[in-house]
Amino acid sequence: MKRFLPLIVLALGALYLASTLREPTDKAGYNLTDFGRVPVLVGGRIKPLDTVARTSILSIRGSQYIATPDGKSITPDAWLADVLFNPAKADTYKIFLIENHEVVDLLKLNLEDGDGKKRFSYEQLRPQLPELERQARMVDSVEEPLRTPFQKQVMSVQQRVITYMQLKASVQVPDAPDFLAELVAFDKALPAGIEAVRAKQANQPHSEEAVTVMRQMADRFSYIESVGNLRTVPPDAGDTNAHNWRTAGGALIDSFGVGRVNKTVLAYALLGHAWRAGDVKTFNQVVDELHDQLAKRYPDAMKKSDVESRFNSAAPFYSSMTLYVIAFLLAVFSWLKWPDTLQKSAFWLLALAFVATTAGILTRMWLESRPPVTNLYSSALGVGWGAVFLCVILERVYKNAVGAVAGGMIGFATLLIAHHLSIGGDTLEMMRAVLDSNFWLATHVVVITIGYSATFLAGFLAIVYVVRGVFTKSLDKATADALYRMVYGIVCFATLFSLIGTVLGGIWADQSWGRFWGWDPKENGALIIVIWNAIILHARWGGMVKARGMMAMAVFGNIVTSWSWFGTNMLGVGLHSYGFMEAAFYWLIGFVISQLLIIAIAAIPQDKWKSSSSEAAVT
Amino acid sequence: MNATLRSFRDFFVSLQLTVWLLILSMILVFVATLDQVNLGIWAVQAKYFRSFAVLWQIPDSNVSIPVFPGGYFIGGLLLINLVAAHVYRFSFTWKKSGIQLAHAGLILLLLGELFTGLMSKESFLRLDTGETKHYSESFSDNELVLIDHSDPKTDLVVAIPEAAVADKKSIQHKDLPFRVDVKEYYPNSNLQRVGPFAGPRPVANQGFGTSVVIVPEKITYKPNERNIPSAYIEIVAPEGSQGIWLASQMLQQAQTFQYAGKTWEIAFRQTRTYKPFALTLLKFSHDKYPGTEIPKNFSSRVRLKSDDGKEDREALIFMNNPLRHGGYTFYQAGFDNNDTTTVLQVVRNPSWLLPYIACVMMGLGLCIQFGITLAGFIRKRSAANAAAARA
Repeated sequence: MKRFLPLIVLALGALYLASTLREPTDKAGYNLTDFGRVPVLVGGRIKPLDTVARTSILSIRGSQYIATPDGKSITPDAWLADVLFNPAKADTYKIFLIENHEVVDLLKLNLEDGDGKKRFSYEQLRPQLPELERQARMVDSVEEPLRTPFQKQVMSVQQRVITYMQLKASVQVPDAPDFLAELVAFDKALPAGIEAVRAKQANQPHSEEAVTVMRQMADRFSYIESVGNLRTVPPDAGDTNAHNWRTAGGALIDSFGVGRVNKTVLAYALLGHAWRAGDVKTFNQVVDELHDQLAKRYPDAMKKSDVESRFNSAAPFYSSMTLYVIAFLLAVFSWLKWPDTLQKSAFWLLALAFVATTAGILTRMWLESRPPVTNLYSSALGVGWGAVFLCVILERVYKNAVGAVAGGMIGFATLLIAHHLSIGGDTLEMMRAVLDSNFWLATHVVVITIGYSATFLAGFLAIVYVVRGVFTKSLDKATADALYRMVYGIVCFATLFSLIGTVLGGIWADQSWGRFWGWDPKENGALIIVIWNAIILHARWGGMVKARGMMAMAVFGNIVTSWSWFGTNMLGVGLHSYGFMEAAFYWLIGFVISQLLIIAIAAIPQDKWKSSSSEAAVT
Repeated sequence: MNATLRSFRDFFVSLQLTVWLLILSMILVFVATLDQVNLGIWAVQAKYFRSFAVLWQIPDSNVSIPVFPGGYFIGGLLLINLVAAHVYRFSFTWKKSGIQLAHAGLILLLLGELFTGLMSKESFLRLDTGETKHYSESFSDNELVLIDHSDPKTDLVVAIPEAAVADKKSIQHKDLPFRVDVKEYYPNSNLQRVGPFAGPRPVANQGFGTSVVIVPEKITYKPNERNIPSAYIEIVAPEGSQGIWLASQMLQQAQTFQYAGKTWEIAFRQTRTYKPFALTLLKFSHDKYPGTEIPKNFSSRVRLKSDDGKEDREALIFMNNPLRHGGYTFYQAGFDNNDTTTVLQVVRNPSWLLPYIACVMMGLGLCIQFGITLAGFIRKRSAANAAAARA
């Protein structure tokens, strides 16, 4: 049994991964999976409704879990169908995250009425929305770094409300009791209405009633045209210009010129009717039609859209996270019992998780047609990937579970960071003009990301050294030497990549604005990493530090890297600042303190270390 | 060599010095980055990097004391340390070739940055669609100009740098038939219309200055703001004063006066650099991603025409793709006026190639070194494995 354990663990892990690739089954007969695959244009690219649903609920609620008032949990796709087609029902879901009590108070809400005391329904927010808007307008004039937590929360909640309202007005007029009937009637009245309006403009006899109906409809449509943001209506056949995708509201206003209601808009209205009426058959039929009609015209976009929705439901980064944790635990236990068996199991799981993460990153690259790292979110994926890659190699060479422990820990931590960064919205966002250079994204950004990974890895290996040395007897001479060599090697590697990456960044800057070095915060951050790695190497070469000192310095490298990675963005200045992150700031402080503590522990004289009583004659 | 000299040499070639200098430079960069929130990027560069010592002004006084070594000091010592250590310890072995190449690259990079700091000039070129310009303008430097327009073919321009204006002295120039007296100078200012009854009375007695006065403003360091200088200027000819003029960058229209049968223009403007060629903006494009306001690309199609008639061609300048000509590089930097005006950044940096060479040297050097170490490690490892297998 013990002999086969690594194989069994590997097989179970692979089985788990395979299970995430299964096509999701839809409850209650609605073909929501295919509904989620219908593509729309929003945020500059064609994406499946499934992505719209997931990114919207993530930014409104802070997670993808949604519960109806009667306590049933529903999928993001089902939630989106409710928001689009049955807003009155969706308004009762307690999804709006409000984390600040003063804002809860501002909106005249009781904490007790919220789901978990922090999530409220649109229905509950509605009476105070004008007040929220008034507050947001005042905050707008305050510079972002100077805003108080209250002001920041006002802006976040306002943004959540806007996201929600944009969705609600994307395929129908939100308050329409039966939008399909309304459109059918409008379509019928349209020829006579247009005639009447023309006659009125020419001062000829006309039906005043028909003119009034047209004006009312025009008002209703312009509301959704100005609010709705999903471009659901593709351009006419033969037109491939992506700029000509329109919103339902825009297409409806066009119908005054064309003389009939746009077919896609009608199809969505029919979909809505079927959804509300519980007409499963019609719903599925219309979904198929929408899907097939676009599939013929946009084969490439549809292929991507299909793969993206499957990618969303497979969630490879989530499953990798689970595997990393298990690999970490197995590796730690291997130091206590069954060293060989558990080390092997941990190694295989780590490798498996690495493969899954790689597959996820490759899929993202293919979807985006971009190099792997394009924003803060993907930099977290990249840093984790690079570190785990090095760990897999270390583990393969040294077979002492150290690589598996560090890899499991870093893999899990970076994916967790990535998850929190994804709350901001769609992670496959468009690249702003200045960053739009696949060549530099593929060289500078990738190299510097690997530099970050290596610096972190050296730091985590050093933590393993310190913790095992001080608190356990497991740091024997062989392990200590191996760790020392690993940390030294990784620091060399980190110096190489962070230096080359930084200089490449300078060259990119020289290419794009004629300044090799501009002392921008992010540039400085990268420079500090290079300098710190150089300090470690020179201090070692000069004999100023020995093993323990180098470990402490490597741990400090974690602080340096985390500051460069996130701290510089928090300053809110410079060309690279992707966004100010309030909550992340406290995490960063916490991380820095924890690392300082480990350095303090490393400062305990070696003869007081638990390992020193074993035969660990480390110097 | 006597003992003092030896200890002197040992100090400059020591690795300890390298490490301490690196630590100091790291602290300097860190603090400077934090201070950008208060001072903005330009002031930070002057205070921390392009200085020998970081000065701290004692609150409520004019006394500044040095509190930390500045960029030039640390960088200079680092350079000396680096060069000295290599000259002293240099011995060519393949094992060390990578490290030596990398350090030589680093020396070149530091020198390159020094040269850039000393020699590179940045300015901008703002062009409306269809407009042609022979010159670019400085971001921060200004000049007081007196222009004689009487020759229909060429203008005679006498430019007085802002620094000379700031000295508030009388200025005489061989091309000027009169003396220029600076009465008042304000580095940053605004203009205010003179009220009919109350408020400040005009200081100038000629031109626009009779209806507006200068309101001094605090000097700004913010990256997206610039200082607007103004001054009161008296024109004094041999036969006596010709009047006091208000010169300010706030004034958009030209102010002219007559002297000895010639028309002179007086203006305070951003310092211009004239070039032996002209650029014309043919078209500016601002592409966005469909259905969003996210910029996809900015590009300027320009016509480049040299004065000697040897060059007349079109070029497309866009993000990450500058135009290099005549020692100048033109980068797409901004736009204005509903996408009809382009703003190009113009850089003249004779040492721009150095970082590229340095980068190749350092990259190559570190790769060689890393390769040698890795190869050694693998050899040792497989030897150890083989030994273990035998045992």
